Amino acid sequence: MSSETREIMHDQHTHPGNAVYVKIGVVLTILTAIEIAAYYVEDQLGGIAAPLILVLSAAKFILVVLFYMHLKYDSRAFTGIFLFPFTLGVLVIVSLILLYHVLHPLR
Amino acid sequence: MDHAAAAHAADPAHLDTSTGLDSRKMAFWTFIGSECVLFGGLIATYMAYKGNSLTGPYPHDTVLPDGTVSPGMLDIPLTSLSTFILLMSSLAMVLALAAVQRNNRKGAIIWLGTTALLGSIFLGFQVYEFTHFWTHGLTLSTNLFGSTFYTLTGFHGAHVLVGVIYLLTLMVLAIKGRLGPEKSLNVELAGLYWHFVDVVWIVIFPLVYLIP
Repeated sequence: MSSETREIMHDQHTHPGNAVYVKIGVVLTILTAIEIAAYYVEDQLGGIAAPLILVLSAAKFILVVLFYMHLKYDSRAFTGIFLFPFTLGVLVIVSLILLYHVLHPLR
Repeated sequence: MDHAAAAHAADPAHLDTSTGLDSRKMAFWTFIGSECVLFGGLIATYMAYKGNSLTGPYPHDTVLPDGTVSPGMLDIPLTSLSTFILLMSSLAMVLALAAVQRNNRKGAIIWLGTTALLGSIFLGFQVYEFTHFWTHGLTLSTNLFGSTFYTLTGFHGAHVLVGVIYLLTLMVLAIKGRLGPEKSLNVELAGLYWHFVDVVWIVIFPLVYLIP
């Protein structure tokens, strides 16, 4: 069996069908609509608007990575290769926010 | 039966590499990991300087020391529409991959073309936004907002442009009949790149546009 044939078998066995892709697309659209709505009713939501928007954004990120990028179905090695630098990137963002907005605000 | 043959018998998807995984896919995920660090740095810089511009124009409505309000530059309805278009391009991309895997040549051409078209529309919105901002006095050197905004969203837009060219190349191959199921990994790798561009925007959109 050639590697290309095995590759096709692998893909067909592990990737979800079109129905799942469309459902994820619908969920992503709904989450985006809620995000935008939260922006417009920020005054009514008060302090929870920003955390809510961030949680919705994280949910969209996870859905795309798991289902559209197939990390849910692929080898965990790929998850590790992605998560390690991703975590570094998030740490850089959080560190600079803390540094410039909490510890040493510029204004 | 040697080790490799035994592995094949147990798992037909097993590949002849030291990890049992496809090397091209491994390399592509490593590339995406490096892109995470790149965009992590760009987003971190934007966030560090967010709200620290000493002069306008500002991203959101801002009350000035003299009590007047400086109107925000960002157009949320327009960017919401372009965000939706980019999200739908990701859906079109996975449908393109599924079509290639099922040897559906017509479907592959349609969905690859749709993905490239939606990506191009997103770029069109960005060009309009940049032009609008520029003509209203926001340049790279106007203030911290201008410098960090153009750098962050410009890098992302450049990635979208590369993705559109990548997709159009695959579409041409599909039209020529050179993108069968045996080449599905090529489409899957293009899809990984395209979805990564999408998830970067999923992070940028709330941080830059929705959270003042």
